Amino acid sequence: MMPMKLEDLLRTKPVFVNVGVRSFGDSLREAGYQVIHVDWSPPAGGDQKMAELLDDLL
Amino acid sequence: MTLKEKINAANEEALRRIVAANPVLVDVAPASEVVPGMRDKLILHSGPPVTWERMCGAQRGAAIGMCLFEGWAKDAASAERMLAQGEIAFEPNHHHATVGPMAGTITKNMWVWVVQNKAFGNRAQCRQVESFQQFGDYSKEALSGLQKWRDIWAPTLRAAVRKMDGVMLKPLIARALQMGDEMHNRVVASSSIFANAIAPILVDCGRSKEDVVATLYYIGNHPFLFLGLAMAAGKAAMDPARGIEASTVVTAMARNGTEFGIQVSGLDGEWFTAPSPRVKGLFLPGWKDADAGADMGDSAITETVGWGGAVIGGAPGILTFTGGTAEEALGFSREMRNISVGRSPDYLIPALNFEGAAVGIDIRKVMQTNTVPVIDTAIAHKEPGHSIIGGGIVRPPLECFKKALTRFGEKYKE
Repeated sequence: MMPMKLEDLLRTKPVFVNVGVRSFGDSLREAGYQVIHVDWSPPAGGDQKMAELLDDLL
Repeated sequence: MTLKEKINAANEEALRRIVAANPVLVDVAPASEVVPGMRDKLILHSGPPVTWERMCGAQRGAAIGMCLFEGWAKDAASAERMLAQGEIAFEPNHHHATVGPMAGTITKNMWVWVVQNKAFGNRAQCRQVESFQQFGDYSKEALSGLQKWRDIWAPTLRAAVRKMDGVMLKPLIARALQMGDEMHNRVVASSSIFANAIAPILVDCGRSKEDVVATLYYIGNHPFLFLGLAMAAGKAAMDPARGIEASTVVTAMARNGTEFGIQVSGLDGEWFTAPSPRVKGLFLPGWKDADAGADMGDSAITETVGWGGAVIGGAPGILTFTGGTAEEALGFSREMRNISVGRSPDYLIPALNFEGAAVGIDIRKVMQTNTVPVIDTAIAHKEPGHSIIGGGIVRPPLECFKKALTRFGEKYKE
C-alpha cells in the first residue's frame, strides 16, 4: 500500500524548487506552477583551477 | 595555525578596523596644503594608474579642464598638447590617501574635504562633487563651478568647520541611512542634515555676508553635496584595513573609465585590473547607451566600506536615477552579505529589519559564489566635453577578483 504522503504528492499540484539556471523555473512558472528559485552556481563558476585554490584558502 | 585560520583571523581584524572607524570632517582645504605628495603640474585621477594614451574621453576632458582651471594652458587645444607631450603628470588619487568622483581630477588649487578617522588618526580627502567638469566638461560654465568652490564655498565652509572643531560623520551617516540614503548616489538626507548642522555656524564664521549667503544657497540646494564627504569618510575608514598580512578583504574598488581596479589588504600596493564594464541604467533626455563611456570614478569606495549597493535596499528613491525595482534593490543588499566578512553594528538598513550593512568584501567568497559587488553610479559621455548623461547599476569584472585570488595563492600558499 502506497504511503499516505506519497499519494498526496501525486494527487496535488506540485511546487518546484529550481536550483541554478533561472530560465528553467521561468518555463514552469509560465505553465502555471509555483516555483521557488535557489541561486546556485558551481564554485568559481566551474573554473577547476580556482576551485582547487579555494579549497586551500576557504 | 593553518593558512585558512590565518586568513579568517586577518579578515576579522580587517572587519574590526573598518567598523571601528570614526570619521570626522576636520577641514576643507586646498589640495596643495593637505594631500600628501601633491605638487605643481600633477593631476590626480580616479581609478588605477592610467596614461594619457589609454585615458577615456571623459577623463581626458576633465584633465583638459584642470589645465585651464590651474592656468597651465590658455585654451583646450594647448592643454591637450601639453597633456599629450607628458608635461603634466598623472597619478591615482588612491596613492595619495585621496578619492575623487567620476574622472576624479584633483590639482594643487582644487579644494578638498578633509576627513580624519579619529579611531586611527589617519586622514583622507575628496574633492568637490558636481555634475559637469568631473564628467569631462571643460567649458567656461563648467569651470565656473570649480572657481566658485575654490574662491567662495570651500573657504567659507572651512571657516565654519574649523569653528565647529570638526563635524562627526558617523552618527550623521547612520541617521541618513535610516532616511533613505545609501551614501553613493542617494545623499539627499545626509546633505540636508549636514547643511542644517553647519548653517548656524556659517552665519557667524567671520566671512562676508555675500559669501555666507552664497554658501548657504550652495549647501542647501546641492543633491550630491554629501557624496564628497561620504567618499572621504569611506576612504578614511578603509585605509587602516590595508596591509593586514593574509587578509583577503578588498580595500579599494576604483575605475578610470578604461580599467576597473581592486586592491586587497594582504596584497597591499598592488592593483588587479580588467577593462571597465558598461553601466546599465537610465539616461537623461537626449542621451542613449551608445553615447556612454565605461564605468568611472573612485566613488565605489562607498561600496567597499559597506554603503552604496550594499545598502541600496533601504534607498528605493535612488531607483529613479539608476533604474530597477525596489525588490531588486533589496536583493542586491541581501547578495552582498554572501560575499562579505561581517555586518556593521552602526550602519543599519530599516528595510531589512534594521540588519547591519554587509562589510568587508572577501575575494574568496566572490570567487566561490561568482557574485561580484553591486555598485550604483553615474554615467559620463564617451567623448570629452560633456556633463553627466545618466546613472545606473554596474558590477565589477570577475576577472579582477580572479587575478587577485591567483596572486594571493602565489604569495601565501606554501
